[in-house]
Formats: sequence, structure tokens, C-alpha cells
Amino acid sequence: MWRDALLIARRDLTIELRSKVGLWQILPFGLLALFLFAFALGPRTDLLEAAAPGLFWLAVLFSSILAAQRSLNIEGSPATREANRLLGLDPAGVFLGKVVAMVVELLVLEVVLLVGIVLLFHVSVASWAFAAPALVLPAIGLSAAGVLYGSLAGGASTRSTLLPILVLPVEAPVLIAASKSLSRGLGATTPDAGRWLVLLCVFAAVYTVLGIALYGPLEES
Amino acid sequence: MRTALRKSIGPLSAVLVAVTAWLGLFVTPADKDQGDYVRLVYIHPAMAWVALYVAFGMAAVCSLLYLWKRTRSLRFDRLAAAAVEVGVVFTILTLITGSIWGRPTWGVWWTWDARLTSTAVLAVLFLGYLALRRVPAEAHVRARRSAVFALLAAVNVPIIHFSVIWWQTLHQGATVLNPNLSPTIHGIMAWTLLLSFIAFTLLFAWMVTVRYEIETLREDDHDADLAVAIAARKAEGAQP
Repeated sequence: MWRDALLIARRDLTIELRSKVGLWQILPFGLLALFLFAFALGPRTDLLEAAAPGLFWLAVLFSSILAAQRSLNIEGSPATREANRLLGLDPAGVFLGKVVAMVVELLVLEVVLLVGIVLLFHVSVASWAFAAPALVLPAIGLSAAGVLYGSLAGGASTRSTLLPILVLPVEAPVLIAASKSLSRGLGATTPDAGRWLVLLCVFAAVYTVLGIALYGPLEES
Repeated sequence: MRTALRKSIGPLSAVLVAVTAWLGLFVTPADKDQGDYVRLVYIHPAMAWVALYVAFGMAAVCSLLYLWKRTRSLRFDRLAAAAVEVGVVFTILTLITGSIWGRPTWGVWWTWDARLTSTAVLAVLFLGYLALRRVPAEAHVRARRSAVFALLAAVNVPIIHFSVIWWQTLHQGATVLNPNLSPTIHGIMAWTLLLSFIAFTLLFAWMVTVRYEIETLREDDHDADLAVAIAARKAEGAQP
């Protein structure tokens, strides 16, 4: 399973590096979302500072939908399915590989957007001990849920409209917990920030396990 | 016998809902603090009970029965779909009646309370379930995807139930199904509340039955159309 996962992760990341869809479409979308949020809130520094963690995660959340759709579009092509079958890849490994590739893409996006909120929203990282897990754990949770619900949403024609409806309500707890944890990392006094990190950990673990168990049967259908 | 029972559920539920309305509006007393707004207690908790526990519980059980190979049947898929469809209606009614009560009591139509928010998320989740069912696919493919999604969404139900215990919320704790199992409502108010639960549960059962029958007829009609189309193509092929 792990060998297949590494193979699929490397393949997905190679495709992304060559096609540069993430670089030219998903990354600019995330940055654009940050700008639009700032336009909507106005130039008040205190307001932008307070809203920065939530707006950061909203931008990541919306971009993750695009990333999940992109990831599943690769998998949905008949040639890819045929290649997976011929190679005898374990569906659980395929799921894990797609999640790993998407986590890497989301982490790159998060780093760029973090620089964005530091420059645009006048915040700074006060505690990497909170900020680092607050960036990594949601990326795992969002990727696992995105790939799992993307495989539920059927073919590419319906997925683009259906996936946000299916996955955004499920990811609402991640948005809340990630915003709370990141605000602690940015220096705000957030009570129970540690417990929010635990919630992120549980979400990521639950959806990774569910994805490993369910991705195969769903792809078969 | 079964047909007679099925046909009697509709009128019986209508009578019981009417009796509940009469008791709730004219027989039970107004509350010392809440006044007449307390009468919403005879519809709001019963609707929440039907939506959260009966409808989505039934959807989860039917989805599980569909996914289990020994009991796999499209009947369970249709039953789950009917339960969710009616459940979504009851969830939205629960939110509306709660909002009507919240305005004079809390001073706002909506507050970001754990129970309200988790119930709204559940309604959106099951709207997603209904959207998923509309994706064109072979019957068993659709059934499998829907069953998995229903089970994933049903995880939210215990979170809603325990939200008033786990988090500090404005929403009051359970009146009947509280941790001590000691109801905090008595006399004619308690009996009317009990009747409302029975009335709305029967109403749900009738609505699900009707929805299930419509879905069965629709699929039979689809199969008949398909058979006619296949016969027409065969006839075309047989022509010299």
C-alpha cells in the first residue's frame, strides 16, 4: 500500500509540476480570495488583524476544493484507470497517494497565503509551536475529506458543482478549529487552542482511515 | 391487512396532529414567563425528534442494510431516500419553529449556538445527499454512493444531541431525553407533548410511505420505458 501511495503521490506531483495548473490557477485563486476579503472588510487594520486567521482558512478551504477536483480529474481519465488496473495498484494506496500529493500542494499554498496575510493583514507568527501543526493538520484533513467526497461525487461533469455542497459542511469543524489554532499561533489569546489542535488531529485521522476503507469500493462503482 | 394499516396512517396522523393543535392552543396553560410562546413546545421538539432521530436514524439503518451484502436491496435505498427527503423538510421546520421561539425569548431570530449551528449543518449535509442522488448513475452505483454518504452524514446526529452538554449553549437542555431520564414537564403539558411526538412520528411514517410508493412507481415506469425502447430497437433490427 505504501509503495503504491508513493508512486501515485509522485505521479500526481509530477503532473502538477509539468502542467502548472496549481501554480497558475489554484495559487492565484487563493491570493485573489485574500484580496477580496480585504476589500469586503475595508482598510481598518485592527479588523483585518482579528479576521486574518479565519480569512486565511476560508481562502485555503475554497482553494482545496479546486485542488481536490483537479486531483480526481487526473484519476477519472480512462487512461489513468486502465494504467492503475494494469499495474494492480491497491485502491487504499491510490487514496493515500492522492492525499499525500494534495497535502504537499496545500502546504505550498498555505506558505504563500501566510506570507500574504503577514504582508496584507499586518500579522506575524508569534508561536511556531502552534502555527506549524495548525498548518499541517488541517491540510491532511482537508485533503483526505476532499479526495473521499470527490470520489463520492461521481464523474467530472457533476463533481465541479456537487463537491462543494458535499464537502464544505463536513469541513466546517476544520475551518473553526484551524482558525482558532492559527490565531493562537499568530499571538492571539485563544483559550483551549490545544483542544482545537486535538480536534484537527482526530478529523485528519478519521477521514484518512475512512478514505482507506471506502475509496476502493467507491471507485469500483 | 397491510394495505388497510398503511391507508389508515394518514388520516390517523391528521387527527392526532389536529388534537395536538387543539390541546396546545386551547387546553394547556400559558407559561408564567414565556406566555403563549410556550405553545411552540408542542411542535418544535416533536419535529426535531422526527427529523434528527427518526428520519436520519432510519436513513442510517437503511443505508447500513443496503451496504451489507446479505440484505442488499434497492428497497432499502428507496426507504433511506424517502426518510432523508422527509427528514430534511422536518429539519427545516425545526429550525423555523425554533427561530420563531428564539426571537421573543433570546431577542434574535438566529444565534451561533452549537445546537442550532450543528442542526443547520445537518440540514445542508442531507440536502447534499439529495443532490448526490440526482447524479445520473446506474441504480446500484447511486445506492452505494448515497448509502456511504448517509452514514458519514449521520455521524452529526449524536454531535447535535450532546451539543447542549458538551458546549455552553443558549439552547436549553433536553426536557424529556435528559441524562437523568427525568422529564422536566408535567401534567397536561407533558401529555400534550407526548401526543405531539406520536402524532408527528405517524405523520412522518405516512409521508415516507407515500414517498416510497412514488419512487417505486417511478422506477417501474422507467423500467417499462426501457423495455419498450429495447423492444423497438430489436424490431428495427429484425426488419429486412
